[in-house]
Amino acid sequence: MDTVLAITFKGGVVLAADQSNARSIITYQSNIDKVKELSSHSAIGVAGPNCDLVNFTQYIAKNLALYRLNHDGLKLSTKAQANFCRSKLAEALRKGPYQVNVLLGGYDEDVGGSLYYMDYLAALEKVDFGCHGHASSFCLSIMDREFRKDLDEEEAINIIDHCIDEIHTRFLINQPNYMIKVIDKNGVRISKFGGDPSDT
Amino acid sequence: MARRYDSSTTTFSPEGRLHQVEYAIEAINNAGTCVGILAKDGIVMASERRITSGLLAPAKTSEKTYKLCSHAACNVAGLTADANILIDQARIYAGKNHYVYQDPVPVEELVEHVCNYKQAYTQYGGLRPFGVAFLFAGYDKHHGFQLYQSDPSGNYSGWKATVIGANNQAGKSLLKTEYKEKAPSVQEALMLAVRVLNKTMDGTAASVEKMELFKMTVDDKGKCQHHILTATEAKDVIDSVVAESASAGDS
Repeated sequence: MDTVLAITFKGGVVLAADQSNARSIITYQSNIDKVKELSSHSAIGVAGPNCDLVNFTQYIAKNLALYRLNHDGLKLSTKAQANFCRSKLAEALRKGPYQVNVLLGGYDEDVGGSLYYMDYLAALEKVDFGCHGHASSFCLSIMDREFRKDLDEEEAINIIDHCIDEIHTRFLINQPNYMIKVIDKNGVRISKFGGDPSDT
Repeated sequence: MARRYDSSTTTFSPEGRLHQVEYAIEAINNAGTCVGILAKDGIVMASERRITSGLLAPAKTSEKTYKLCSHAACNVAGLTADANILIDQARIYAGKNHYVYQDPVPVEELVEHVCNYKQAYTQYGGLRPFGVAFLFAGYDKHHGFQLYQSDPSGNYSGWKATVIGANNQAGKSLLKTEYKEKAPSVQEALMLAVRVLNKTMDGTAASVEKMELFKMTVDDKGKCQHHILTATEAKDVIDSVVAESASAGDS
């Protein structure tokens, strides 16, 4: 039921996800943050059961931190992080799979913004934009139509807003709140959200 | 005194030394010399080829220089059989790393892995240490060209220029005077390496059969190039060194 959206722009990536935590007929909360920071300049938008979302993101994030500690602060490129992520999904696949679909976005000085699409079967592809969840039926066509190379940040967020509007109009499931984060040379920051995650 | 404390790797002597490890390091001082020199646009490694018998079939590749992955290579001084095990370790590690991250392994990480493997044999298992010293040459985008030396203890350090194997002290003292503050070009480094080998192999005349010259550079697409000099190319370098030293005395 989760929705994760992402678009690359000139100098970064925008990642967005809905904020509903629900099961069966009940919404537990509508302010969770499904876009988790992995490192100073990368984040991962996750669709899937809450347990796997938390377990998987923390596992990857802490392993990346361990890598930095073991290697004198060396930062892994977004491509390396994405492939590392994929290798962990692949390893777990025939043992106890993580049921997560993921969009990993990051900023590197030499490459700019880059976005990687991963599914729970450990497929990996570098993409300009992507979505996970039922929303993709509504949103991919919007992104296909409106995406251009070298958008600026505002234009990219605009496209995300169009997608969210469409979901609000046409998607059966109620997903009132969305968390939108931007990754650029300054790092990962929240652009806007519908529900405050720190509001317990 | 050392007698009582030198038969086990896992025992310190009263002076705080590990004799087995030190003896392993000694073993390497009998091996063919290897020189490594960091140039500003590459790395040069030169080694002495010890020809023990005229009946020996000439090696098709090399018995001193080994490619570890697309961007790293090493030179060996010591027990070749021991070296083969460690080189396998390095190659597997570099390959696995590339599978997981799809990025070339940072050179220091590769060196540290081999060294950690060596260290294990100085602390537990009751097995003897590896009798090998390596010169690792590699290139990565984090630190550019790098030269590392490692020994049986599992210690490693980065160098601008260094020598391992027989007569390495003589070689090192020559490097101290001749390696300029400003890094040499690859061509200059090749000539310096030949001069060092001439010194460590003193007595024997420099010749193509007795020396192996290797250089690592990066092409304009950023791809690492490994090259063991052909007989003709090596001869050119040796000849220019001989010519230079012949005219050195003239004013």
